[in-house]
Amino acid sequence: MRILEGDGIIKNFGGLAAITNVNFYINQGEILGLIGPNGAGKTTLFNLMSGSLSLTSGVIRFKGENITGLKPHQICKRGMARTFQLVKLFGNMTVLENILLGSLFGTLTGIRQSNALEESLELLEFVGLSGMDGILAKDLTVANQKRLEVARALATKPELLLLDEFMAGLTPTEVSLAIGLIKKIRDKGITVFMIEHVMKAMMSVSDRIIVLHHGEKIAEGIPEEITTNPKVIEIYLGA
Amino acid sequence: MSPLLFLDILIGGLMMGGLYALIAVGLSLQYGVARVLNVSHGEFIMLGAFATYSLYMLFGINPLLSLVMTGPFIFFIGFLIHRTLFKRLRRLSQSLDAFEGSSLLASFGLLFIIQNVALLIWGPDVKGYSYLSKTVNIWGAVYAANRLVALLFAILIALIFYFFLMRTRTGKAIRAAAQDVTTAQLMGVNIHWVLGLCFGLGALMAGFAGSLTSMMFEITPLIGLPYTIIAIIAVVLGGLGNILGSLIGGLILGLIGNIVMYIHPGLSLIAYYIIFLLLLLIKPTGILGK
Amino acid sequence: MKRAISKKILYPVLLSFIFIIMVMMPPYVSPYTIILLNSIFMYIVLTVSWALFSGPTHYLSLASAAFFGIGIYVSAILGDKLPLLVVIGLGGLISFLLALLVGLSSLRLRGMYFTIFTFGLSELIRHSVQWWEVNRTGTVGRWVIAVDHTTVYYVMLAILLITLVVTYIIKHSKYGLALLSIGESEEAADHIGINVNAMKIITFAISTFFMGATGAIMATRWTYIDPSIAFNPLFSFMPVLMAIFGGIGHIFGQILGAGVLTLLADVLLTKFPYYYMLLYGMILVIVVLFLPKGLTGLKEEAKKWLKVD
Repeated sequence: MRILEGDGIIKNFGGLAAITNVNFYINQGEILGLIGPNGAGKTTLFNLMSGSLSLTSGVIRFKGENITGLKPHQICKRGMARTFQLVKLFGNMTVLENILLGSLFGTLTGIRQSNALEESLELLEFVGLSGMDGILAKDLTVANQKRLEVARALATKPELLLLDEFMAGLTPTEVSLAIGLIKKIRDKGITVFMIEHVMKAMMSVSDRIIVLHHGEKIAEGIPEEITTNPKVIEIYLGA
Repeated sequence: MSPLLFLDILIGGLMMGGLYALIAVGLSLQYGVARVLNVSHGEFIMLGAFATYSLYMLFGINPLLSLVMTGPFIFFIGFLIHRTLFKRLRRLSQSLDAFEGSSLLASFGLLFIIQNVALLIWGPDVKGYSYLSKTVNIWGAVYAANRLVALLFAILIALIFYFFLMRTRTGKAIRAAAQDVTTAQLMGVNIHWVLGLCFGLGALMAGFAGSLTSMMFEITPLIGLPYTIIAIIAVVLGGLGNILGSLIGGLILGLIGNIVMYIHPGLSLIAYYIIFLLLLLIKPTGILGK
Repeated sequence: MKRAISKKILYPVLLSFIFIIMVMMPPYVSPYTIILLNSIFMYIVLTVSWALFSGPTHYLSLASAAFFGIGIYVSAILGDKLPLLVVIGLGGLISFLLALLVGLSSLRLRGMYFTIFTFGLSELIRHSVQWWEVNRTGTVGRWVIAVDHTTVYYVMLAILLITLVVTYIIKHSKYGLALLSIGESEEAADHIGINVNAMKIITFAISTFFMGATGAIMATRWTYIDPSIAFNPLFSFMPVLMAIFGGIGHIFGQILGAGVLTLLADVLLTKFPYYYMLLYGMILVIVVLFLPKGLTGLKEEAKKWLKVD
């Protein structure tokens, strides 16, 4: 099943065409990568998917339902969660509270406080932050902050997770750990759509990749096809 | 409407507008650069007014001449307040938003303090003096000489300041800081000195405006707040952080106020507030804002 | 070191005890004390309800005077036509409805823009009512049906109790947590399923309900009111000052701040009427500079010091 589909996505900011006629889809259970030079419109596309930005024209379908024009909190409750390029945590709240909020508000059906607490502690362990529940989010290291953001997103019980440059700023060791976490997420049955610049990681973990350039999709395919695609090579190496 | 009436409204509006432009520029320097929305701005106007009043009544000093004396004094007070209060507050604040909030509160405190001190010194009664109150005839319309002179001086001060801002090194530093404090710092601008300077200059503008006001109107220690509000509206109208914008904003408000006054006196302030609120809802960045 | 009695039992018992004393008090104290307590109750309600929304979300509202004033005017206009409790309820309700409107229209405003918007709104209402009274009705101000101080006392005590209970429940529920998250990162809160706009507007409106109700009852103590009394900007500034002074993060701090500063104002007004504003201004500056966390923050600082020993 195609869990997410974008048809004829166009986004203009005044006179600036940020996204031009992008069509794409994600299959349930796969890991789809999104790459492209800076300014290609990757985060803008994420913002359009998650409801932060409104489309100029086009349709977004999530699990077959047209979600164009819905607000972020409505989309979240339907099962799409995301992380941000610049981590947006609730800095002066504890690690546990951050995750707890996702658990309490992120789903369509209500949840009891005790269950939410249990789930949050489990997620804490799942992302590798055991024992840090009482620490303030702003006091975490960058790598741990990113884990926390993922945990908070997972707390909303998503079927699709959007990761925006999850590995930016991580050391090689941390990147390996991050790859491991993404695989664990996929094994849980969650589809992953990820923007990444760390190519090695992207190629090793993605099932398919789409490439954006100046707001247009210029290539799509499995990693091997992408790395050998002349257009892709040109936009990364060309002046 | 006869062209003469139109001209009358226009000139009258520009006269007040000139004054408003001066105080708006002053507040814009304080908010645009030092990031302090100084609600005690009007109190510096009041201080300037009373300083000139006192010098005239006690020593017979020409009000226009007193500008030279009261100016540096009020500038110094403003500079000092920034160095002692707001600089420290900036250091203590975790974020710019937090600083804007706490500096707003601190300036409320200043408002109470300065107003009370003025009440203690000069008392609550209305005071005034007569200076250049003869009337002048321009194209059939009659204006008080002191208002014309005040307008002239407001323009003069604005021109001098404009020259200072555009041609001198310090002026360039101020403009740089108004655009981006961090980058200006990286470019070698001694930022804390510039912030204090801007705050002091803002107070100076207010002081000048106050001195000019005392020539035209009666004064009490309570005249400050209405002017502060007009300054805030003018600054938002022109675009928060844009110095030229606040000058234009002040002129526009003066004109609108005068027009409204012809239609129905007493509605000017309400008109200002309505413009203000609509502006915030529709285009909060103002006329010249980014 | 374990407490002899757990906090969960001690605090409610203590509070119930205090409440019972408050209820029994009036016959045994002077009218002056009752009037003073009414003022204290009033400022506690204003401060706590202001902090309910503005505290966690960091949206500093300076419109408290508008909603308080609406309550006053409802009382002035309807006080002789409807029973007292209905008037109070209406004062709260109309404030609530106006707040919903204000919230819906000012949604996109952040930070300083929101604050000056609320201030401008409050002042617009004040000047508009003033203009209306001068130009249309011909008389400025109204007379309010007087109510005896003891009745005001009991009504205020009831409003205070309800305000504190509602605030406490909200704060300690998941909505309280959500409000805090809105103050930290609105966009993130929106993306984890929190309907940020709805939550902001409703919380703001709830807070103004108590302000309006308080205005309706307190109007009766002035007997004569006009726009400069009813919509006095001080009713917007004081709750902010009191919350920060006492400690904006805790209900106890807000109560403490309101109580202490109201008492202080009373003392100052009687002993040093000419220096009252000056001293208030100095307190404001000192608090902002040295007590960013308020009095309750001092307690935390002291605790840290003692633990280090």
